[in-house]
Amino acid sequence: MIAQAIFIIILGAAVYLFTKNAGKVRRNILLGKDVDRTDQPALRWKTMAKVALGQTKMVKRPVAAVMHFFIYMGFIIINLEVLEIMIDGVFGSHRIFSGPLGGLYNLLIGSFEVLALLVLVSCVVFLCRRNIVRLKRFSGTEMTQWPKSDANYILCIEILLMTAFLTMNAADYKLQLLHFEHYVKAGSFPISSLIAPILPGSASALSVLERGCWWFHIVGILAFLNYLPYSKHFHILLAFPNVYYSNLNPKGKFTNMASVTNEVKAMLDPSFVPENTGEPARFGVKDVTDLTWKNLMEAYTCTECGRCTSVCPANITGKLLSPRKIMMDTRDRVTEVGNNLDKHGKDYDDGKTLLDTYISREELWACTSCNACTEACPVNINPLEIITEMRRYVVMEESQAPASLNNMFGNVENNGAPWKYSQADRFNWADNE
Amino acid sequence: MDQKIPTMAQMAAEGKEPEILFWVGCAGSFDERAQKITRDICKILQHVGISYAILGTEESCTGDPAKRAGNEFLFQMMAMNNIAVLDGYNVKKIVTGCPHCFNTIKNEYPGLGGNYEVIHHTQLIQQLIDEGKLKAQGGESFKGKKITFHDPCYLGRGNSVYEAPRAALEVLDAELVEMKRCRSNGLCCGAGGGQMFKEPEAGKKDINIERIEDVITAKAQVVASACPFCMTMLTDGVKNQNKEQEIKVLDIAEITVKANGL
Repeated sequence: MIAQAIFIIILGAAVYLFTKNAGKVRRNILLGKDVDRTDQPALRWKTMAKVALGQTKMVKRPVAAVMHFFIYMGFIIINLEVLEIMIDGVFGSHRIFSGPLGGLYNLLIGSFEVLALLVLVSCVVFLCRRNIVRLKRFSGTEMTQWPKSDANYILCIEILLMTAFLTMNAADYKLQLLHFEHYVKAGSFPISSLIAPILPGSASALSVLERGCWWFHIVGILAFLNYLPYSKHFHILLAFPNVYYSNLNPKGKFTNMASVTNEVKAMLDPSFVPENTGEPARFGVKDVTDLTWKNLMEAYTCTECGRCTSVCPANITGKLLSPRKIMMDTRDRVTEVGNNLDKHGKDYDDGKTLLDTYISREELWACTSCNACTEACPVNINPLEIITEMRRYVVMEESQAPASLNNMFGNVENNGAPWKYSQADRFNWADNE
Repeated sequence: MDQKIPTMAQMAAEGKEPEILFWVGCAGSFDERAQKITRDICKILQHVGISYAILGTEESCTGDPAKRAGNEFLFQMMAMNNIAVLDGYNVKKIVTGCPHCFNTIKNEYPGLGGNYEVIHHTQLIQQLIDEGKLKAQGGESFKGKKITFHDPCYLGRGNSVYEAPRAALEVLDAELVEMKRCRSNGLCCGAGGGQMFKEPEAGKKDINIERIEDVITAKAQVVASACPFCMTMLTDGVKNQNKEQEIKVLDIAEITVKANGL
């Protein structure tokens, strides 16, 4: 009875805290400007099924793809077991699904065990890649202490959770063989039966171990749930909506700014009366609140895998630009803006902006707009849009483009070509052979 | 040129409308190397007898470099003026000699009122090969030569056109080799996003050198491309590595013209 009460209190507190903190992330995302990403729902569902659920973009790096797939399947399938644990916890039952599911239950528990082992092995390999092999992809200026620790914490927690799960099953298995108390014969234990021999032989010790691991496992999962909103691991939830709301246009197509269209039309045709779009006057992006909610959702979805940066031509050749840093800076800044809102209320100015405080102009101007980053991202994040929008601010609001680009603008405007040639000479090539 | 290049203005004066407009682009008009590619595209059009015309001095920059560099005002000004010219001639179909013009007119002009069927010249060449109008015969033989294709970003990743340029190479009887970074994983030449018109930021290497190393690793004797900016960057890269004797940089249109002896 007491155990049930404690369980319900912990569960309630965990769900409450998570809802509160996830709500803050949601609030922060909605600080962005509106953009419509609800068209073509059929194609959106299909894209989500393929890219998020089916992980099709992961396969470009096969080793990581396979390991990640094990962990991902583990996460989804072992959660069925968590459902049973929840029900057992609330009602004080033990392996409640074993009765109604019968033979299927054995198959389920058996496959959970195999997956748990695969998750465990994958996490160990991932830890080695980060800390022993030290893959280049996991370093870089933006990979400071916290992002590195965050990744290691996630992997260690998963290893601990899987170890507790398998140990719990091993103890249960032994207790079942002893026909101890309520430990009825249920489940098949292909993995944990192998570690059972090293566990103590006495029923009371086994029972303590089984309960201990049961509590550690479920409380660990609830604690991990509450770690998510502070961690890059939030991608396990946001990956799905983020892919659903993907940009469905060809990658080469950039947005046409409606606010600019109005001004250009008015300039070309003095009788043109612009529609009132209600848009604020700022062109481009200076701070995170100038971005769209989709840009901000992407920032919270990014799990810092660095595939974007590892294929970025600017980054490969030693320039300052790193698409992963663009996303991490955006997330850090919008979190800061959100925290300011909580602490100081609306209209508080901390004197910082995404441009300059976080992202330098040198980074922005190094981009070749080649879309390698957006192609590489397994969850369709688009750092290029943020870079372009910030360039728009620098060019149109500040007139601070590099001098050589200003020359190019001048040539385009006056000569109809980016170089200093007269438009009258445009057809001379026909006579040049 | 054997024949005179027809312009839209002349055609209109004669009361004619060509089947397709050839959008030459700024590089194709002014850059000496790209001018040669422009003339080759015209040779192909004339060889197969498609009725076409160009805008000549009425053509302007599409606004692409301005847009990628953040100057949306200038882009939309250029776009609206170009759309007025195109619509004035009742243009329906456009072939471009440059992936940047192709992308901009195809994807970004419709939102500003300019709706055309737009193809890149490699797509036209593929189509002509499929229809049997172009064969790789009667000209230079590429037999046994190692040829690789460098995917321009705005053709490949930007618009998912990967097969058309390769189809033009497959008819050659040459040995096609892919670089390690190809198709959707292709490495940029370093010119996009306005980089063509500015010095690169400080780093340890220029992007085109990184790309030429891929070409050298693939042991290609010809690196084919389909973009005037890639052409400049790759040619500079080959020069920088002192490989002008070993590696030729050619546009798909040039290769087609050579192979057909046009």
